[in-house]
Amino acid sequence: MAKFKKADSMLEWFDQRLGVVNFAKVMMTEYWIPKNINFLWAMGVLLTMLFTMLLVSGIFLLMYYKPDVNMAFDSVNYTIMQEVAYGWLFRHIHAVGASVVFLIIYIHMFTGIYYGSYKKGREMIWISGMLLFMLFSAEGFSGYMLPWGQMSYWAAYVITEIFGGIPFIGDDLVVWIRGNFYVADATLTRFFMLHVLLIPLAILGAIVFHFYSLRFPHVNNEKGEFFDYEVEAEKYLAGDKKHSKVIPFWPVFLSKDVFVMGVFLIFFFYLVFFHYDFAMDPINFDKANGLKTPAHIYPEWYFLWSYEVLRGWFFEIAGISGKSLGLMAFGFANVIFLLIPWLDRSPTVKPANQRPFFKYWFWILMADLMVLTEFGKLPPTGPNAWVGFGASLTFLVLFLSLPFITKMEAKKAGRK
Amino acid sequence: MKEFKILAVILILVGITYYGIEPYAHSVMHPEVAPADFTFQDVKNVDTKLTGNAANGKTLVEANCIACHAIEAAGNPAVMSNADAAASYGVVPPDLSHAGRIYDANFLANFVFDPVSAMHLQHKYNAESGKQFPMPSYNWMAPQDIMDIVAYLQSIAVKVTDDKAGHKATFEAACGRCHNMQYAGIEATTPADNLKTYMGTVPPDLSQYIKSRGEHYLHSFVNDPQVLLKGTSMPRVGLTEKAQEEVIAYMEEIGDSKKAERNSLGLWVMAYMVVFAFLAYLWKRKIWEEVH
Repeated sequence: MAKFKKADSMLEWFDQRLGVVNFAKVMMTEYWIPKNINFLWAMGVLLTMLFTMLLVSGIFLLMYYKPDVNMAFDSVNYTIMQEVAYGWLFRHIHAVGASVVFLIIYIHMFTGIYYGSYKKGREMIWISGMLLFMLFSAEGFSGYMLPWGQMSYWAAYVITEIFGGIPFIGDDLVVWIRGNFYVADATLTRFFMLHVLLIPLAILGAIVFHFYSLRFPHVNNEKGEFFDYEVEAEKYLAGDKKHSKVIPFWPVFLSKDVFVMGVFLIFFFYLVFFHYDFAMDPINFDKANGLKTPAHIYPEWYFLWSYEVLRGWFFEIAGISGKSLGLMAFGFANVIFLLIPWLDRSPTVKPANQRPFFKYWFWILMADLMVLTEFGKLPPTGPNAWVGFGASLTFLVLFLSLPFITKMEAKKAGRK
Repeated sequence: MKEFKILAVILILVGITYYGIEPYAHSVMHPEVAPADFTFQDVKNVDTKLTGNAANGKTLVEANCIACHAIEAAGNPAVMSNADAAASYGVVPPDLSHAGRIYDANFLANFVFDPVSAMHLQHKYNAESGKQFPMPSYNWMAPQDIMDIVAYLQSIAVKVTDDKAGHKATFEAACGRCHNMQYAGIEATTPADNLKTYMGTVPPDLSQYIKSRGEHYLHSFVNDPQVLLKGTSMPRVGLTEKAQEEVIAYMEEIGDSKKAERNSLGLWVMAYMVVFAFLAYLWKRKIWEEVH
């Protein structure tokens, strides 16, 4: 055992045992972030904060929630919402937080696409981020079932039914997922387990991995500039803070994030207290009833675009049913973002507006996703069905054409 | 400046999407309906301009109504238990103690004249279905006599206070024969089995209806259920605007009991965040001065 000298201060005492001084350097004061950034770079910290709020509010809800088809609805709407002191506040934070976290995820994700922050060494950041997106989707979907309202039930019914379209194993798979032939108590209890244990564990792991993946390629910056971090860090440490291209995570980077967080939280709490219907659909305040189908069934807003990609294919093409085509398109939509680092064949890391072709691609994608989201909620009748089909087709074409567009862009850049 | 531009782009994209999936989509799924009519102008079988005579009304009520209806307020108790009454009539006939207060006079007069047309239940009670509404029409009665009955019911109507207890009394008189309100411990006076036969289905528990339907929907729905839910077996009840407001207020007091707490705490939390954001801005400026 190494020799210990008696510590002169508490800090030294901990440093001897845990190496806290070095740890703080590595994690905070000498963790370098580019200086050339805007508030979009604060979304990661916002997401960390939102996840923490979801975790904490979720723990409080867990103390009173009862995962049983006969008790779930009242345990939420009576016990938590009306009996437990500030139970309503925890539920509102949890429900609104779960919805808003997707808004920030989407901003975070499209910031990454816009600035090309997924290539040239940053592939693992992108992959781990998309993994988190998938885990959050599963977490959102499983959590939505728990209040056992009409939309909990019917959205679960419709979404689990989707798996029935998979060839050969579809029907068995649906029963395996539900634990019954229809959405029932077994479905609720297993989704409860997934929501409060398995998926959160996976999310925690994926968050750590996502942060770790940032360490080597470093965070991208507003211009997509590559520079020597060690040189810039030395400059900073030598006192030339103004000319260094980097800033330390603490306190410089976080001071900006805390401000962004403050502004965000004004908006967030406005939603929590005064405008929560978008996250807590009124229909879900009717208790689940498997014999009474609601007039309109739709998933939460953040799933609408992929739901519409699925729904857009409503007629048979070349002997393949609309349902099968939709399922294929849906599968495509759910993995294709993961592959962006390899679909973008241009080596340029620059914001989209400085890329001659990609900029059109990016904004058309944005518009298409908005159309998909909108028509994913509207009833799929008459012209709506055709708009949905067009938007779904556009989505596929956009991603299939991305390698060619970016290749052309690379060639054009090469000629200059 | 650039940051404001980015923020503007995000706000516009999010704003358009929000508008599309919330207000717009809901307006498509739930189109606006005709405004609520609290004067019930569509039924005009009785000339309601006639001034009623409460004393004569009392005689008429005692001769025609109390064989089936209790009027506790006037000392006429129910003639049989709720279970027996439901078994006899299909549904427990209402105690008329509140009738003069909660029902619109025009509606009430026309209801006495012909209940089925006043309640908009012609689709349920007609020659084809062979079903008979338990209360007979008094379409043979002189309009003056009907108005006398209305005047009498108004004269004895129980007054209630404008608070939770008063709202509860109105709710029970208007809705309590058919609907449960589990979160308030209210059980429909008609047993569920009878209701199922009488209505075709057990009417829903109203504990969370203020949340699932919302005030706007309830405002139209309670006034005339057929407007929003064509073919429903729920009758038009004929509540005055005030009585309906009391009913909805009670549904909110039970279904959304923390509303006042939410609204007041919300302002404090937002004010706190404004101060927080301002201080954070000052701190950020101080820190970034060194690096810019």
